[in-house]
Amino acid sequence: MTDQTHDQASHAEIDESITSRQEVSGFAAILRTQPFWVFMAILTLGVVMSFVSDVFFTERNMFNITRNFAFFGIMALGMSAVICTAGIDLSVGSLVGLTGIVTGLIMQAGYGIELGFIGCMLTAAAVGLVNGILIAYLKMPPFVVTLGMMSIVVSLARVVSDNKMIYDFGPDMDLFEWIGGESVMGVPNVVWIMIVLTAVFWWVWRYSTWGRWVIAIGGNAQAAKLSGIPVERMIVSVYVVCSLCAGLAAFLFVGYTGSVTNGMGFTWELTVIAATVIGGANLMGGIVFALGAPIGAALIELIRNSLLLAGIPAMWQQFFVGLFLIIAVLLEQIRNRGGK
Amino acid sequence: MSLLELNSITKSFGAIHALQGVDLEVSAGEAVGLMGDNGAGKSTLMKIIAGNFPPTEGAIRIEGNEVTFSQPLDAREAGIEIVYQDLALCDNLTAAANVFLGREAKKRIGPFKMLDYKTMYQKSGELFAELKSETRPRDLVRQMSGGQRQAVAIARTRLSDPKLVLMDEPTAAISVRQVAEVLALIKRLKETGHAVILVSHRMPDVFEVCDRVAVLRRGTKVADKRIDETSPEEVTGLITGAIAAA
Repeated sequence: MTDQTHDQASHAEIDESITSRQEVSGFAAILRTQPFWVFMAILTLGVVMSFVSDVFFTERNMFNITRNFAFFGIMALGMSAVICTAGIDLSVGSLVGLTGIVTGLIMQAGYGIELGFIGCMLTAAAVGLVNGILIAYLKMPPFVVTLGMMSIVVSLARVVSDNKMIYDFGPDMDLFEWIGGESVMGVPNVVWIMIVLTAVFWWVWRYSTWGRWVIAIGGNAQAAKLSGIPVERMIVSVYVVCSLCAGLAAFLFVGYTGSVTNGMGFTWELTVIAATVIGGANLMGGIVFALGAPIGAALIELIRNSLLLAGIPAMWQQFFVGLFLIIAVLLEQIRNRGGK
Repeated sequence: MSLLELNSITKSFGAIHALQGVDLEVSAGEAVGLMGDNGAGKSTLMKIIAGNFPPTEGAIRIEGNEVTFSQPLDAREAGIEIVYQDLALCDNLTAAANVFLGREAKKRIGPFKMLDYKTMYQKSGELFAELKSETRPRDLVRQMSGGQRQAVAIARTRLSDPKLVLMDEPTAAISVRQVAEVLALIKRLKETGHAVILVSHRMPDVFEVCDRVAVLRRGTKVADKRIDETSPEEVTGLITGAIAAA
């Protein structure tokens, strides 16, 4: 066995050392995960960029990078759950627009930030609920359901906003813009929120029954069902969680930009899905990393930022994001073939 | 008293009679082989016992009490565990996670309930040891051999200490050495007082571990004999219809 590297079990009793044996020990297991390699890519890119550009490692640039990817990172955390069940949610981008508009309208009318936040999250939950019910109970393909929902949500956002921009957020405007746009201890608030959420998801995936069941459903939904797991309810909850993450990102983003239009978030779902997949989620389901979501989102933002600083025209951005997405999936396939 | 008693079970799907008046009894510590050609009604009977669907007519009794199952969970609660032909395992989870799937061990820390990995690893390690299987609780099922996967599926049935274990073609898709492992597992189940129903196409397996063999043909039971009173030749004749009944 390749067990030389495990250090903690060597002192325990023999019994424990037998049950604790596994094919791949702790550190080797980390080496095999995609987030680890993407993280390595981030470090490499960082080192290269520090030579290419003097601006790169400035506090200001780091601040911008982390804040920019935090919105996508938060959404990718939710998307990871959906993709773990072998699903997909194409409606999150448009949902950012709708929930942003709802938040704006409530606050513009003077109802305050609490109601604005509640309205934002309720709207998100409702959309996730409809997605989930159609997918779990009516057994409709997630791609089609959420594609339809994307269109519906875009339209709703236009109707609700009457196609107007909102930039007045009533009495709590200062607090609202502080949450989304300012920082605590030099770290943007949205980054703090992303860090906390990542920690929460890390715990959920590792230690909660909900997380275990979602992973089980992604591995073998039929087996999960036979084990007595309420598969349909779980799937609904997963889409609600994904939508809530989008709603939260929207709430923060509107506060950051200080205005909202119904077109906000349009096509973000592509970036979010790319971030999730680069972060190690497998579209076939059953694999999830809490750390993968922010790491994937970070790589995408880093590519964007690096191209900008290196003086490469912005037109090339999408090219490299797409390239990294394909390379990430390719590497994962190669590793899986080798690791079987 | 029998552990499981099926009384004139009939199942019709529209005009098709999948089962007609099948009786079957199984006692504790006994293994019964259920044999029959494709379409003889084995799977239908299995699914009725497992609670996948109810019989059109007839009664199921467990230790003398009549039961009705409307879903597989009901059967599990009544003490019936099933090892499905495809094993129903999650490849992406560890052996221990599969053993405890749907009934995870939890511990409480403050207001939070969290998965209790230590208990689950330890308990599933004990179950594998009882089965004399060298399966390791922390390994992913994806990395396991066919025999180890069977051990995981069987260990899972033992978690709740069931009365009856139903096994659907457990030796169909594995190597010769692994077949021996699985048969040893079935013997261990019998020794510990579990009743076993083994659905199998493989005559040698049935004759090695079962005490009785029941043969289905076209939805009716044509034979139910002690293993030492019959022979593979006779059973084959019964399955194909060369021998009408015995």
